[in-house]
Amino acid sequence: MRYLTALLVLLVSLCASAADTQRPQFTFTAIPDQNEAELIRRFQQVADYLSKELDMDVKYIPVKSYPAAITAFRNNQVQLAWFGGLSGVQARKAVPGSQAIAQGYEDQFFKSYFIAHSSTGLKPGDKLPQALAGKTFTFGSKGSTSGRLMPEFYIRQAFGKAPEQVFSRVGFSGDHSRTIALVQSGAYDVGAVNYSVWDKAVANGDVDTSKVSVIWTTPTYADYQWTVRGDIDQQFGAGFQDRLTKALLGITDKAILDGFPRSKFVPANNHTYDAVEQTAKQIGLLDDF
Amino acid sequence: MKQFLQQSRSLRALTLYFALVALFCLAFADLAVSTRSPGHELWLMARGLLTPQIPDTHQWLDAALYTLTFSLQGVVLAALCGFIFAIFYHRAWVRFLAAFLRSIHEVFWALIFIQIFGISTLAGVLAIALPFSGTMAKVYGEQLEEIDRAPARAIAPGRNNSVSQFFYAKLPLALHAMRHYTAYRMECAIRSSVVLGFIGLPTLGFHLETALRTGEYSAASALLLTLLAMIYSLRFWFRAKLLWLLVPAVFIARPLTADWHGDNLARFLWDCVPAPIREGWAPEKTLRWLGWLGEQAASGGWNTFLLAQIALVLTGLFALAGSTLNSSHFMRGWVRACGDGLLLILRSLPEYLLNFIGLIVLGPSMLPAIIAITLHNGAIIGHLLGKHSDEVAPAVMPSGPLSRFAYHYVPTLYQRFLAYCFYRWEIIIRETAMLGILGIPTLGFYIDSAFEFLRFDVAMILILVSAAMTMAADIISRRLRQQFLQLA
Repeated sequence: MRYLTALLVLLVSLCASAADTQRPQFTFTAIPDQNEAELIRRFQQVADYLSKELDMDVKYIPVKSYPAAITAFRNNQVQLAWFGGLSGVQARKAVPGSQAIAQGYEDQFFKSYFIAHSSTGLKPGDKLPQALAGKTFTFGSKGSTSGRLMPEFYIRQAFGKAPEQVFSRVGFSGDHSRTIALVQSGAYDVGAVNYSVWDKAVANGDVDTSKVSVIWTTPTYADYQWTVRGDIDQQFGAGFQDRLTKALLGITDKAILDGFPRSKFVPANNHTYDAVEQTAKQIGLLDDF
Repeated sequence: MKQFLQQSRSLRALTLYFALVALFCLAFADLAVSTRSPGHELWLMARGLLTPQIPDTHQWLDAALYTLTFSLQGVVLAALCGFIFAIFYHRAWVRFLAAFLRSIHEVFWALIFIQIFGISTLAGVLAIALPFSGTMAKVYGEQLEEIDRAPARAIAPGRNNSVSQFFYAKLPLALHAMRHYTAYRMECAIRSSVVLGFIGLPTLGFHLETALRTGEYSAASALLLTLLAMIYSLRFWFRAKLLWLLVPAVFIARPLTADWHGDNLARFLWDCVPAPIREGWAPEKTLRWLGWLGEQAASGGWNTFLLAQIALVLTGLFALAGSTLNSSHFMRGWVRACGDGLLLILRSLPEYLLNFIGLIVLGPSMLPAIIAITLHNGAIIGHLLGKHSDEVAPAVMPSGPLSRFAYHYVPTLYQRFLAYCFYRWEIIIRETAMLGILGIPTLGFYIDSAFEFLRFDVAMILILVSAAMTMAADIISRRLRQQFLQLA
């Protein structure tokens, strides 16, 4: 009986929460691709900016993992998200009708760096050195475009084998900052990292370049973007998506742009990421057997 | 006498088999230390530990409150369900249901519930309540089975299982033990609640993960001390009288809410249908999928087995040696208090956290996981065993500590020791599978990957594989206990 009462309480509180969501709150999130403190600083600025531009309360919620960001988007806990190339493709597959609306100028030609610990003796070159075989290697997050998808694609291209067969150990550090830290400490010989996170860390003096350095740069590909849910106009009124897009493209505040770091935001659409989707299918990351 | 000799021989053989299996596993395990300067990181950690600092008081209070509410709500719900299960524990399907619920780790439950309810209190509380109700059903059930049957028979001879008989002649006899155990579960729930923070729920673990990952060891130390303080203060506030106030208070302070939409659940359930059936794949494609899935299940299962068997034997060794710290046979007065304190601290640290720290210091291999599981579980068994040894009469002949340990302490406590180890065996397998989330290639690694790519069908199948392994260990250990250990 007491259990039934508890169930009843539970149901009532569920209804109460359903009633709460009558007045929609506009919330966005971002994939946690680097240092959390840095992300919170960056996206709090964006939230403040959007609140002012759209004249409504805009909230940023931090998440712990890439799938958590996608799940929040899918479950309408957030209506807008800053995704990577691959996570954006996954999210748009999960929520039919959703749209990529803007990307950073730099995201049109994004790239990854392969970085190596000095003790490996690997030297920078214009292709992936065969001496990589047998070393230990770390990706970033499992679902990262610049830290997993593209590096894995080029490893497979260069060696004709899966990374697990090329390297003596393959790990997933979780994010780009951690990849740099792990290769710098020597926990892994080699790693693949988002070029923008690396460049910023080097500029900030967070990297000991005598211990870890770039040995190869991948060709360019399309990466990060802002994606909105397809039902956003139903939730927030007709024309909301256009106003949001305009607001994002209109970010000129240097403090916000430097936080990303991007020079400006430019329009994007779902087809911008067709190549990313193809690559993900080729290496078996998206359902295809 | 003959029977005694026979029994001690068979115990020796049993131990030998487990040790041999562990040695065999050791040959396949990946135990490399790959960081080049673990000393430096350890030094930074030690410095941080001694200079705890709370960077954001508001955030800290909020996280502490969430940790408490998740664990208290979870335990209360689990105790209710567990109690109801325990009443019907003689039925096979109840026992199976309870075993199934507890065979899936809190973290896996949370990953599932976050999909359905979003990052919400309901997801966190259910993730604790479900597996805990399975565990509590088992222990409550056994506690009710172990009571003296005489009063019940005396009240109503011939009739069995009437309601009043249960409440007046059975329950009161088991109540003390049940209360005691519920308090222990509350301690476990606080630990679990912290661990759920590591995967994104808003408890202390959320900030602890950030702090450890970014090397802010002073902040990590403050959070860690908060966890320890919560566990140690339990004895002062986790009391029946206060609970009448506390439980409603936590349900009001943090009501069970969720981002709940019927279609989220429907879509999630639909996604849990294996892809070949859901999308009507051709047999060829289905075979490729099955091969891919089988490879993950086999590799994950194998690594889980390797790691768990090694950790089980090391846990045993550590527990035997560590139990002397809390035993009147070896330590007295304040030395023993310190020794027991050390075991209690080790026991309070979740193996997930220990593994996380181990990975930072030692680098990625099975070694940090083995150490984490050994320390955590070894401290639990060691503490219990040491306490139990107080009931054993001191050795008749005066002798040195080493020979006392080898010829008196170990032989008299060995049955009890093995029983504890077998109890922990299923838990060790469950934990080993889960720790894969941190990157060791046990089942958790593949489960995490499946969630990463929204392959919920694959995640569910792999979670069932880990549940099956845990339940197999449960069944085998029960058989072994019945066959080899005759405990009163």
